[in-house]
Amino acid sequence: MALLEVKNLSIAFGGLKAVDDFNVTIEKGQLYGLIGPNGAGKTTVFNLLTGVYQPDSGSIVLDGQDLVGKAPAEICKCGIARTFQNIRLFKKLSVRDNVKVALHNDMEYSLAASILRLPSYFRHEKAMNERAMEILKVFDLDSYADTSAANLPYGKQRKLEIARALATEPKLLLLDEPAAGMNPNETAELMSTIKLIRDKFDITILLIEHDMKLVSGICERLSVLNFGTELCSGDTSAVLNDPKVITAYLGE
Amino acid sequence: MKVNKKILVRALAVILGYALITVLLKSGMLNRQYTSLLVPIGVNIMLAVSLNLVTGFLGELSLGHAGFMSIGAYAGALFTLHTDLPDGLNIIVAMIVGGLMAALFGFVIGVPVLRLQGDYLAIVTLAFGEIIKSVLNALKFTNGPKGLSKIPLLSNYQHYTLVFVVMVITVLIITNIVDSRHGRAVCSVRDNYIAAESIGISVSRFKIMAFVIGAFFAGVAGVLYAHNVGIIKPTTFDYNKSIEILVIVVLGGMGSIRGSIISAIILTVLPEVLRGADNMRMLLYSIVLIAMMLFNQSGFKERMMERIAASKQQKAGE
Repeated sequence: MALLEVKNLSIAFGGLKAVDDFNVTIEKGQLYGLIGPNGAGKTTVFNLLTGVYQPDSGSIVLDGQDLVGKAPAEICKCGIARTFQNIRLFKKLSVRDNVKVALHNDMEYSLAASILRLPSYFRHEKAMNERAMEILKVFDLDSYADTSAANLPYGKQRKLEIARALATEPKLLLLDEPAAGMNPNETAELMSTIKLIRDKFDITILLIEHDMKLVSGICERLSVLNFGTELCSGDTSAVLNDPKVITAYLGE
Repeated sequence: MKVNKKILVRALAVILGYALITVLLKSGMLNRQYTSLLVPIGVNIMLAVSLNLVTGFLGELSLGHAGFMSIGAYAGALFTLHTDLPDGLNIIVAMIVGGLMAALFGFVIGVPVLRLQGDYLAIVTLAFGEIIKSVLNALKFTNGPKGLSKIPLLSNYQHYTLVFVVMVITVLIITNIVDSRHGRAVCSVRDNYIAAESIGISVSRFKIMAFVIGAFFAGVAGVLYAHNVGIIKPTTFDYNKSIEILVIVVLGGMGSIRGSIISAIILTVLPEVLRGADNMRMLLYSIVLIAMMLFNQSGFKERMMERIAASKQQKAGE
């Protein structure tokens, strides 16, 4: 069975059909790309998947659970985590705390334990610290653990966002333009990181990206969106050579 | 090791603070004017630290803190006026009653209000503070505009130990909450609520949690206030009082508990120090306030910290 099954997903803002009858099936462990021109509705699809918007019609099923109607926080608990096109970090918190917030639901202790500093507080905080450092190490961010997130360089902020999303132990990770604003070196580094986390954390990744080098380099399957509707989908090489995609998006 | 050192410094500060107050009081070095400030300082510290939880850590501007304080003050005073428990127990139960009442109102007000954000929330909390004042003004059992009087003085300067202990417990509880998974969740809501939701933080839950805890301690502070002065009137708790608490928080620094404590002490003592200036007093107070805010923003502290860090590094290098 597929990990994510989206059927006939639609949403309209006023008269504008932002996403119209969108279908996608993502198998476990896949690296799936969602591409298309600006304003095609890619980020709207992400917002629908994560519960920021509720669809007008259609179904979203993750690993057998219906996600439609659920609040974003619940959907995260079901196993979807995401990053944002415009980076959304907790800027005043340290790099370590940014990851530790994401462990919130994973390692629970009561409010009384916080106030009275019960043993469960120390035990869980210690475990959280260790887990956070483990994740930061994967992204080479461990040396920045005590820096506040706002003071990180841009490329590292993007990495921290991915690290934070991974800390929630998602089944499906959504990356919204992870390479935006990166130079070619940073992009190359990012590509290997994405591949690495897919294997290391054993997760499925759906990403939006405009950098075709990254898309063709790591995505196994693609869907192309144009004006809210799906233009075509399939294996990466087949899609990128499709004449419809070339005229609508890639250009001759 | 590092954490232990922090706890040690804090414990030392608490002991020194208490010793200082005891010595000043027992030796008679403080005149009556300054003695009467001891409890207000403690009360203002509690108000500022609890408001800081809402404004500094949750990031929501609340202008109704005096409203919660008044609910605590009235609930606590009505309790001690109508019961006959021994004094020590009486004030403790009164604090719990006052705190819980304020927390209850915090919850009832918080649920609809916290749907709003930013400026809107500020205005609505301001309005709620005024509503509480008007209701207290109109009700019979709160004795209308005349307010409550002859409240037993169970928390005046003679009971400074009690006030001190309650103040320390308040600060400790709020510090402990801030430095825990609950506190981090609250801060994440402040920094970016969309991202907080996306990693499974229930935004409304933590907003209400911070708001209710803030209201609770404002209520407890209100009880101490009422049993220090002996008389409370609805007008004592108007929006001026809310603004006064906010000024303390802003001067001390949003999200800085130590800052709130220091600025509460300064801003409580300052008007009394300036009393000699007579009718220039409020003018001077405002000027000093402006000067302190400018100084705070001037980056002087940061430059000093950098210098200290640099010299430390140099020493380590040698």
